[in-house]
Amino acid sequence: MKILVCISNVPDTTTKIKLVNNNSGYDKTGVQWIINPWDELALTRALLLKEEQGSPITEISVINVGTKDTEPTLRKALAVGADDAIRVDAEAKDAYYVAAQIAEVVKNNGYDIVLCGIESSDYNGSAVGGMLSELLDVPSVSSVSGLFIEDGKVKLNREIDGGTQVLATETPFVAIVQKGIALDPRIPAMRGIMMARKKPLVVLPPADIEALTEYIDYEMPQAKSACKMIDEDNAGDMIRLLHEEAKAI
Amino acid sequence: MSVLVYTENWEGKFKKLSFELLSYASEIAAQSGDQVVALSIGKVGENELNLLGNYGASKVLAVGYDGELDNQVYTSIIAQAVEKEDATIVIMSDNFTGKALAPRVSAKLKAGLVTGAVAVPASFDPFVVKKKAFTGKTFVHVKVNTAKKVISLIGNSVEIKETANAISIEKFGATLPEAKTSVKEVNRLTGRILLTDAEIIVSGGRGMKSADNWAPLEEFAEILGAATACSRPVSDEGWRPHHEHVGQTGKIVAPNLYFALGISGAIQHIAGVSGSKILVAVNKDKDAPVFEVADYGIVGDVQKVLPQFITAAKELKANS
Amino acid sequence: MNFEFTEEQVMIQQAARDYAQRELIKDVIERDDNAIFPTEHVKALAELGFLGMLVSPEYDGGGMDTVSYVLAMEEISKVDASASVIMSVNNSLVCYGIEAYANEEQKQKYLKPLARGEKIGAFLLSEPEAGSDATSQRTTAEDKGDYYLLNGTKNWITNANSAGTYLVIAQTHPEKKHRGINCLIVDRHAEGVSLGPHENKMGMRSSDTHSVMFTDVKVPKADRIGEDGFGFKFAMKTLDGGRIGIASQALGIASGAFERSVQYAKERKAFGTEIINHQVIAFKLADMAVKIENARNLCLKAAWLKDQGKPYGLMSAMAKQYAADIAMEVTTEAVQIHGGYGYVKEYHVERLMREAKLTQIYEGTSEIQKIVISRSLLND
Repeated sequence: MKILVCISNVPDTTTKIKLVNNNSGYDKTGVQWIINPWDELALTRALLLKEEQGSPITEISVINVGTKDTEPTLRKALAVGADDAIRVDAEAKDAYYVAAQIAEVVKNNGYDIVLCGIESSDYNGSAVGGMLSELLDVPSVSSVSGLFIEDGKVKLNREIDGGTQVLATETPFVAIVQKGIALDPRIPAMRGIMMARKKPLVVLPPADIEALTEYIDYEMPQAKSACKMIDEDNAGDMIRLLHEEAKAI
Repeated sequence: MSVLVYTENWEGKFKKLSFELLSYASEIAAQSGDQVVALSIGKVGENELNLLGNYGASKVLAVGYDGELDNQVYTSIIAQAVEKEDATIVIMSDNFTGKALAPRVSAKLKAGLVTGAVAVPASFDPFVVKKKAFTGKTFVHVKVNTAKKVISLIGNSVEIKETANAISIEKFGATLPEAKTSVKEVNRLTGRILLTDAEIIVSGGRGMKSADNWAPLEEFAEILGAATACSRPVSDEGWRPHHEHVGQTGKIVAPNLYFALGISGAIQHIAGVSGSKILVAVNKDKDAPVFEVADYGIVGDVQKVLPQFITAAKELKANS
Repeated sequence: MNFEFTEEQVMIQQAARDYAQRELIKDVIERDDNAIFPTEHVKALAELGFLGMLVSPEYDGGGMDTVSYVLAMEEISKVDASASVIMSVNNSLVCYGIEAYANEEQKQKYLKPLARGEKIGAFLLSEPEAGSDATSQRTTAEDKGDYYLLNGTKNWITNANSAGTYLVIAQTHPEKKHRGINCLIVDRHAEGVSLGPHENKMGMRSSDTHSVMFTDVKVPKADRIGEDGFGFKFAMKTLDGGRIGIASQALGIASGAFERSVQYAKERKAFGTEIINHQVIAFKLADMAVKIENARNLCLKAAWLKDQGKPYGLMSAMAKQYAADIAMEVTTEAVQIHGGYGYVKEYHVERLMREAKLTQIYEGTSEIQKIVISRSLLND
């Protein structure tokens, strides 16, 4: 079985967003770029699955649609244990563009399981995994918090609105994973960093695909008005204020 | 032409988000002159279906199928409804269901997708929608270049508007493809208020001190009919289950009222709650960053404040 | 000139930071309070390859350069200098000493488990009567034909209890003074090796420091490093490299305290505004930033010289003296910026201040570094 993990390259989640150039973009100076946290958890789960005794997983690949600047995140994925990496050499225009590029690669390479994070921490799209599965006409299981392989069969835990499901699926399929799929992401060891030097990182030209949407400009949330303070000893007043003034209770 | 709304129901009743989505669709339809068509999948009674008319729908497509959520099957039903009603815009919620279906529908129809929308389109030509980005730290305006569009809307983004509307109900016998996933087990959180649907959320942080101190918080939540939540350190410590973790890497919520009790307000936590209408903070540190984003605050000890909240909330409920 | 780090160096820095900020930070105050050795963390650092990161892959090490080592040491030391000193002693004293000067058989036998972090090492030089003055060794290694008979006491030995492998500096030919000194590889559990009580230290309380007593310990001649009488030169050469480790440790302690101070100054309000808006605090932070940047540049230059195979003894002495001294200054100011909070343990900076003090003392006091620096001026 082969697993493909889709990797998005995003600003560190503690980055403060400052808009520049008439709000047409955000300030990227000094920004630290990381593997999208959910994608990193997906990769961690893939590695754990491969390391299980008698695991049917033979190979873990990672893929990113991006310019050369995103290669450090792919090499980090290799350093923590992915076997090979693919970069589709193009600016990620929108979710559809990215999904369609990845779909081309999947069609040519035949992966059994494709993993995506539930969203990227930059544009919060939550879209690539679902689009990819539709383009490939394969099942998708979204908001997955558990992924297991038992006797060659895939079993998933999934969060739905109002509960959870345990389900089985045919392969190939796309799993869109969220919190719970793995605990902490892996930290690369020196040996892994050394080995990453020798692992393949294939650069592919992009397929001819048109994006469906584009980002025009940004807008900062409005500053909140000052916080109304209530005395600790009259805390009950808070409830009355929320009822009478804020009309929230 | 029409605007199609994918409604959601829970135990035979429409969720509040369905009315929000219809109100949102009605505003769009008013501009474009289209009609609003609601798609209902599941076992919902006629009276309940008729309710949708009060929020702007002029037609309901009722699909009696109530199989467990399979992304491919549900996507297929929505796509058939789009074709039948000549819909140009599909609206759904930005919850787990919407995240599961919207991208598939978008790719199937080759319709430009805006997820996490927070407002009605800023303009129709070009078609521009404001959406959340960087988990609420900023917004971005997205231009959709395709004739068909799919929008998923964040909860509590628009006011629910009632309009008296004549409504026709049509049973829709969509063709169901064979599901490739099979659900073995379902656990429904019945009898509990869902975090992502909740109007009010009471959330505890490290300031709660230990797992044993949650009883008053739960009592307070119950009186208000609120869901309970927590910050990341709390779920990491195992004081509360992981599904209660609210924040950038946990659940993103946007209730009407959010109580941050003993939560200092790390940037990752704020990112997950910044969509809340009213934020109440209780923290013993007056300089805690949470007060910068709160609407109401108390500098003090949660253990001292909560019992007063409970008494006042009981009084309020008794009088109403 | 190129001040750009390589992608790999950045990845190593990030790995160290992730480990420190995610794992090492847990219970660091409790470990320090109760002088608990960070056993689990040493195991994890070994698995990540930090304990032998400078050793060539041929001997199971990470094969990383000294610049990466400086970056990793800084990150680990920001959080816990007790853990980073274990890493420093193992890497830049014990592993480096063996890799650079031991024979092939010794490397196969001793270096590999040290590089893998299965065993850790200790470097035994200081004595009750010989700290800074390394020439006057009283520990003796008497030549008994095919073995040495080791007798004497070593003081202030980092990793004394947790180490498996000791490098012991001892006098074989007193009449030849420092030219009669040898370095022997000694098993910590060899017969006749005993430990004094755990030293109750001011800072770095969870690293295990003891005195070590040798009573008629038989050490095979095969376990001597280099020619007879090479020991003093061995110690001095090895300490040159060790200084880069401690300099980076001091740098990390300073930058850890600095980062906490900036964060605190941005959050803490006084007189109606965040204290960072008060010039008296802002200027303190500016001074701290400049000192730290200077220290970092000295550490990196020493590391770069070492990586280029150029002489680095002078630069590593400068780096250690400067980084240790500014670590003391910066951490003291950090406590001041934190005010009352700085004086309680919860806010970490008082611990960093206690840790900083040791960097001015061990592996050559700041005064000894000045001797090294000034002598090189005389020799020019």
